[in-house]
Amino acid sequence: MFYLSKKQLMEEELPAGHRSPDWPTRLAQLAEQARNPSLKAFYQAGVVAAGTPISEVPLVAMDFETTGIDASRDEIVSIGLVCMTLDRIRMSESRHWILKPRADLRDESVVIHGITHSEVESAPDLTRIREQLLETLAGRVVVVHHKGIERRFLDAALKRRIGEGIEFPCIDTMELEARLHRRKPGGLLDKLFGQKPRVSIRLPESRERYHLPHYPAHNALTDALSCAELLQAQVAHRFSPDTPVSTLWS
Amino acid sequence: MQAEHLEIIDFLRRYPPFNELPEEALARVAANIDVSYFKAGTQILEFDQEVDAWYVIRSGAVEVYRRNGDLYNRLSEGGYFGEFGLLRENRVRFPIVALEDTLAYLIPAPIFKELFEQYENFADFVEVEDRSRLRQTVARREDANELLTSSIEVLIGRAPVTIETGSTVREAAMRMSNEGVSSLLIVHPPGSSQDSESCMAGMITDRDLRNRVVAKGLSYDTPVTEIMTAELIHAEHNQLVFEAMLAMLQHNVHHLPILKHGTPVGVIALSDIIRYESQNSLFVVSRIFRANSVEELSTLEGEVRSCFSRMVHEDANSKMIGRAMAVIGRSFKQRLLELAEEKFGPPPVPYCFLALGSMARQEQLIVTDQDHAMVLDNSYDPMKHDAYFLQLAQFVSDGLAACGYTYCKGEIMATTPKWRQPLRVWERYFDEWIDDPTPQTLLNSFIFFDLDGVWGKTEWADHLSRYIAHKAQRNARFLACMARNALLRTPPLGFFKEFVMEPSGQQTQSIDMKRRGTAPLADLIRVHALAVGSVARNSFDRLEDVIAADILPQGRGQDLRDALEFISMVRIRHQALDLDAGQEPDNKIEPENLSDFERKNLKDAFQILSSAQKFLKYRYQASRIG
Repeated sequence: MFYLSKKQLMEEELPAGHRSPDWPTRLAQLAEQARNPSLKAFYQAGVVAAGTPISEVPLVAMDFETTGIDASRDEIVSIGLVCMTLDRIRMSESRHWILKPRADLRDESVVIHGITHSEVESAPDLTRIREQLLETLAGRVVVVHHKGIERRFLDAALKRRIGEGIEFPCIDTMELEARLHRRKPGGLLDKLFGQKPRVSIRLPESRERYHLPHYPAHNALTDALSCAELLQAQVAHRFSPDTPVSTLWS
Repeated sequence: MQAEHLEIIDFLRRYPPFNELPEEALARVAANIDVSYFKAGTQILEFDQEVDAWYVIRSGAVEVYRRNGDLYNRLSEGGYFGEFGLLRENRVRFPIVALEDTLAYLIPAPIFKELFEQYENFADFVEVEDRSRLRQTVARREDANELLTSSIEVLIGRAPVTIETGSTVREAAMRMSNEGVSSLLIVHPPGSSQDSESCMAGMITDRDLRNRVVAKGLSYDTPVTEIMTAELIHAEHNQLVFEAMLAMLQHNVHHLPILKHGTPVGVIALSDIIRYESQNSLFVVSRIFRANSVEELSTLEGEVRSCFSRMVHEDANSKMIGRAMAVIGRSFKQRLLELAEEKFGPPPVPYCFLALGSMARQEQLIVTDQDHAMVLDNSYDPMKHDAYFLQLAQFVSDGLAACGYTYCKGEIMATTPKWRQPLRVWERYFDEWIDDPTPQTLLNSFIFFDLDGVWGKTEWADHLSRYIAHKAQRNARFLACMARNALLRTPPLGFFKEFVMEPSGQQTQSIDMKRRGTAPLADLIRVHALAVGSVARNSFDRLEDVIAADILPQGRGQDLRDALEFISMVRIRHQALDLDAGQEPDNKIEPENLSDFERKNLKDAFQILSSAQKFLKYRYQASRIG
């Protein structure tokens, strides 16, 4: 998780209303167009129907540490994945990779994620783990906090390596928080969560509101777990296990 | 690639029983954990539901219920649940509800069972049977001070060297030389008829040969019976080493015959055991008897306290500490009465001074008030004699107060006329209290039925104890009333965060370990003891009689013993901590000062007390006895 400053988050464009794409159809189209075999296999695995209750959807929480915030220039240095369902987050089905970025590992990002030059020197390139990564994602809806990072970075990284980008359905826990706090002030939920006009929707502050424990940030695996737990909490408090996945994904 | 779950491992490492596990086991646990979030109010586990994992609370809090809907426990961060079900057919035994928003780490059943089988400490800690965990804890402590808690038998090196009553001093001396012993038991020849059950007639020692024979110029043909010490102080084979030591110091003897069913099985010398007493807890007793005034006695209060602390630090058990403190309290009374008789002259009629309550039960600690009474000879005439006994009682009571034993707020002291009466009046009191109990006399029974003769005609105290035991045992209505009163003080459910948790779910800041723990235990043990006609006074001794009478369900007597030992030790340890910190000790404990270990074991002990109270209620129901 690359934490954006408050200011960056305010400026981030959030959709005014929730658009729910028709992901099964879109993935089928992409499966037709894809040339790379592992990418094609990923699309062919498809995704559950839009009306499927969230409790029945196979999910995978994902987080990246990156060399910076510009997807066109920066690269991924680590990936954390944790497979989950609404009921249970399965550490036995988790992955953590340190990667060798094609961009420079800049000092300011090292300060954040703590992954050093010497560690990435001996790490593999994303190409070496691409197949494993796509296999883990296949058939699952990805859970992230701030999809802007994971979506753009994976897309750009694949384009650079295989000449094709990637699209995938995401449940963005930050966007779920934003929906709540963009309601007009004075509403019941504002009262519940305090009347401050602007509430931070960053991961640690969002977790706190659901009484989730404090985790040290900037380890991709811990952040993925962190985000997985946040989704469980959000659904427990604000949705129900029967909520159709289309209400949540984008 | 194997993911490293640092955050989970770091969390687990902070809590027992995980802190006992090696790193590789923790890593294996962390790599296999499932995580689940439960909103406050969610039913996490339902009764009889299948359970496939062991739950550890990462954050938040849950409530554990009994099948009948009673609150059983509250658990917070680091707490765990589900083990009961996992070890019993994988069905939930205790339903769980989230009290706060809760994040739980679920350890899959196969991993839990692997840990349980592979790591003994882990298994001991999460052991499903609450009572067996307490048993292990108490047993471990018993091991730790084996020598002090051993019975005297372990010190008996050889069968006693004896000689028959017909022998001469020379024959006795030769026997001692040949056998290389410093003491010799004199026994009645087999087949001779004796009034006493024992075949032991007396004892002589090296010192007796020097002082009573050689120094006096007696003939070596003098019968040994003329120079022996008859009326021997002895100990029973199953008494504690510690008790034997106290007896020897108290009576100033250096050799102690040990009897088993009336037959001597050995003689132990003070030097045999003194090395086990590294500190001078007995020194206090000898100081008391050498003090020549109330002022001198009152300077010993500090020594009594440091003796208490030392015993706690030396891992003495509660029976030893309670007994040592009672012996010290008793010695104070005895010395004060000696001083009083010197001052006011000999008593006009015989009397017996009684210690009551915790001192009589030998369960005295340092925070204690004085409970005592006086039994006078039946020839007592108030007009002629009472002035003397009032003076005596006043002297002892004021003296005790000067030595740190505060006056009894309920006036249960020999200075109160009602509690300074002839033997026949005491018998009448006990008749009335047993035959026609009222709320007030029931309270009296709780205090006065624990009585111990301290001075004077102590046999009257034994007589009264037998009188009570005989009468109470036959009176079902009285026992039912005593049982009902023994249920008035109940234990809490356990602890939750920094609070004491009540069965109602209410939470309070501190717990009085006497009121909520040791006192109700002593009360309920007293009722059973009366029911089986036991004349023992110490709660542990009473329990032994109760167990022998077989009126408790299998194993429950041992449970009660463990519960009493553990609660007493927590109370004692915290008083010692107060003393070490220079604070005035009391019986109150704040949960934040309890270790995890103490909390768990205390909860188990409270549980045992609570079920024992239910059993008491059932067993002595007035209607059932009818």
